[in-house]
Amino acid sequence: MKKITLKLNGETREAYVEYNDTLLEALRDKFGIKSPKCGCDRGDCGACTILLNGKSVRSCLILAIEADEQEIETVEGLTSANLCNLKDYTELEACGCFPAAEPVNISEIQKAFLKHNSFQCGFCAPGIVMSATELFRKNPTPSLDEIKEALSGNLCRCTGYLPIFEALVEVSEKGGNK
Amino acid sequence: MKNNVELTSVGKSVQKIDGLEKITGAAVYTEDFDFGQGLLYAYIVESTYAHAKILSIDTSEAEKVPGVVKVFTGKDFPCKFGLYLADRYIFAQDEVKFYGEQVAAVVARNPKIAKKAAKLVKVEYQELPALFDQMEAFNQNIEGAAKNEIDKDAILLHPELEKYPHVPFIYPQAKRNIGHWRKTRKGDPEKGFEEADFVLEDEYFVPRYSHCPIEPHAAIGKFDTSGRLTIWASSQSPFTQRNIFATALKSLGISHKDVRVVTPYVGGGFGGKAGVTMEILAAAIALGVKGSPVKIVWNRAQEFYNTYQRLGAKAKIKMGFKKDGKITALKHQVYWDCGAYMEYGANTVNVIGLSATGPYKIDNVWIDSIAIYTNLPSCGAYRGFGYSEFSFGLESHISQAADKLGIDQVEIRRINAIQEGDTLAYGAPMNASGLHECIDKAAKSIDWGTKIESKDPNKVIAKSFVLFWKAPAMPPNASSSAFLKFNEDGSINLLVSGIDMGQGLLTVMAQIAGEILGLPVSKIRTENPDTDRNPYEWQTVASHVTWGCGNAVKKAAIDAREKIFDLIERVYSIPKSVLYLDDEKVKNSQDPNFAIPLKDFVIDGLYNKKENTFKGGPIMGVGVFLPEFSSTVCNVETSQGGKPNVHYTVGAGGAIIEIDKRSGKMTVLKMVEAIDVGKAINPSLVRGQMTGGAMQGFATVMCENMQFNDKGKLMNPNFTDYKIPTSKDAPLELDSIIVEHAQPDGPFGARGVGEHVMIACAPLVANAVENGLGIRIKDMPVIPEKIALRYKEKMNNK
Repeated sequence: MKKITLKLNGETREAYVEYNDTLLEALRDKFGIKSPKCGCDRGDCGACTILLNGKSVRSCLILAIEADEQEIETVEGLTSANLCNLKDYTELEACGCFPAAEPVNISEIQKAFLKHNSFQCGFCAPGIVMSATELFRKNPTPSLDEIKEALSGNLCRCTGYLPIFEALVEVSEKGGNK
Repeated sequence: MKNNVELTSVGKSVQKIDGLEKITGAAVYTEDFDFGQGLLYAYIVESTYAHAKILSIDTSEAEKVPGVVKVFTGKDFPCKFGLYLADRYIFAQDEVKFYGEQVAAVVARNPKIAKKAAKLVKVEYQELPALFDQMEAFNQNIEGAAKNEIDKDAILLHPELEKYPHVPFIYPQAKRNIGHWRKTRKGDPEKGFEEADFVLEDEYFVPRYSHCPIEPHAAIGKFDTSGRLTIWASSQSPFTQRNIFATALKSLGISHKDVRVVTPYVGGGFGGKAGVTMEILAAAIALGVKGSPVKIVWNRAQEFYNTYQRLGAKAKIKMGFKKDGKITALKHQVYWDCGAYMEYGANTVNVIGLSATGPYKIDNVWIDSIAIYTNLPSCGAYRGFGYSEFSFGLESHISQAADKLGIDQVEIRRINAIQEGDTLAYGAPMNASGLHECIDKAAKSIDWGTKIESKDPNKVIAKSFVLFWKAPAMPPNASSSAFLKFNEDGSINLLVSGIDMGQGLLTVMAQIAGEILGLPVSKIRTENPDTDRNPYEWQTVASHVTWGCGNAVKKAAIDAREKIFDLIERVYSIPKSVLYLDDEKVKNSQDPNFAIPLKDFVIDGLYNKKENTFKGGPIMGVGVFLPEFSSTVCNVETSQGGKPNVHYTVGAGGAIIEIDKRSGKMTVLKMVEAIDVGKAINPSLVRGQMTGGAMQGFATVMCENMQFNDKGKLMNPNFTDYKIPTSKDAPLELDSIIVEHAQPDGPFGARGVGEHVMIACAPLVANAVENGLGIRIKDMPVIPEKIALRYKEKMNNK
């Protein structure tokens, strides 16, 4: 066992891992981060995609000990509670910000995915959200071909990809993932 | 009653109610549950032969590994199970019948220890001759069976087949490798062929395929110290699983009430998570490690070879035509490769035996649909349920015949297309159908009749056209139920046991309940199944839950609405007949000022001012649906007399495909599907099914290809070598046309559409290849290499 330290979704976290634990196993079983999924355990499907120091990687292909002292982002880190500042809940309905459209703040990419019913079973969604997030950070207005290229390592069996493209093209046309 | 019949929720493309959970990582799948420090892990020891006798199993070395808790073998669980035909054991008993079959399981405190120790289990086998070809398996012991004997040279995979329990509409053939033989006979086929001006005979071959949900199967079983068995499973069939667990394990003292199956979000099913496969291992092993939860998760390779595969099929088709294109007779014989165990696949074979005419009116029909055991992995439900397989042959055949008769390929289909009231192959009348509207709209979408020339001389652009249909394949008493309960704020929790594996069931059920109760979808949470909490649903298969579960939800909502109206009538003395629900309020059509918000009384009761008391109480609704008109009782030799299928959904598909003559590489420039869904409860989700299904259908014909070696071992059980489409393989344009001819017994007229969308693809590609290059490929897959080689062969022979 070895203790590793991650900057995980902005928070410094520590855990003991086995030397042969993959980063995916460590995130799910030792850090309680369940959004990266195990679909193939050999880097083919992309369901375990996370951002390591800002770059998308398959967390099933990296040992947890290799990620020691590194920065990790997952879908869990993209959302925050959509809290109203009002102290007294009786004023909530009057303040106009309640009920919130969504109980959490989400990115433009996520909003577009919601609007276009982009996902079906959703198992590939966390990985695709992370791949798309990386793409839009590097290139705020990608073309359809660039979108297809960026997602080509994330398999989706349900949707035929078209509703995913529609959402991301819309984000691109609106100027990016603000 | 409210005069305004305009729908407020049904028919709208509302956002999926599970959308937010799925794009934020909040959605919980089976493997995401935490079970604490007591969790055990099971790893399976697999057969290394396709057919062999188990001489001995030595578990002693594995048991010595620190961290190993227990090792199980077939001897621990001598019980058989199966949905339609109980032909399989939890672990192999004295014999293994396919490469990869579960022989033993090692249970340990840590998954890595379980995997390591499983390698130390020593199994001694005596190899037996194996059958990998269904025709060879079909031909075993034909003469012996006639005498009710087994010839000494015959290879029989299930010599005791006639003793296996099965449902009444499956007909196992004693002393043969045939688990079921469905015969349908209508009219006089011989006379039909005599009357024909032209008869075409041909054979077609469709190999096996894998579902490839991105989430592999996973199950956790816990048999607690009080004797209660709980299974958490990624499943399309929680209630059917509960029934099979309770039935198979009855000898171990288990009762239905003590078995609980919990199914969270399912990461893709496509039929592969229907019925019971590996989940029974979690249930059985849990009984042997009382008190501790035990987890078993399939790796990607096991997902390929030890769940179900799609059935392989060899079809012989003979069709007679008049000069004008009218079909006079059809003889369609399909020989199915069902693998080592066919408990679910037997029903696939059954329904094709009833429906292999395709959506055509044919007076003289002869169908044989034969389920054959082989020493390959088991086959079962896969999206399309046999219809994709037979349609490849039938739709190829019709286009071939049209060309030979000199009739347009769309026109020949229009001439023969089935209509409402026409007699089906098994004698019952066809349901409401907008097939001709589908044909017209799909043909128009690809501008059928005009040619497109490629600018590249090395490429051709070809169009193709097909029809398709499918009925839900379900027992006549497959039922659905729903339960809903109001909350203090007027929102409701809707409980069903249909599974949302992505298709959008939770949302669609909320739309149906919301429509009846005057509630927006945002006020409804539909809950994933837990058999303790949610009411009964047979299974989420057969594209039938929008229809069946939807009917139950509609009834539950009406039940709750009637309770609300009864209460208002009792307290306000207003007749029920003038009340209606709208905008989360009870309103009175005779009094525009009357409006009582639901949230004021659906939990706390209605205040009676005269008495200073409260009346009523929590409002709940219950709904049950069973298709009481359905029957599978019929003549065994002809299939005449029953009403086995509740309805067919029909459609037409067209494609424009560019093909490179040198490499065979294809690009789908455009695809269109026009499908009669009765009523699209949520058009966005219907289109989602059409898009995803088209992609999955194209994948089976254009890239997926299962490779077995000569020992029956699957050589490509991974996504590196078994290619499924990536984002770069998506069709360039897809036109999804929704046609709506209401299903009279469907909720708001709806019928299913989930599977139909992929049936068109394989024959569309084969027909386009012939239309473009003049070569007819009759064996799937139609991959570039095959096209290029056969085109070259054709050019060389010129």
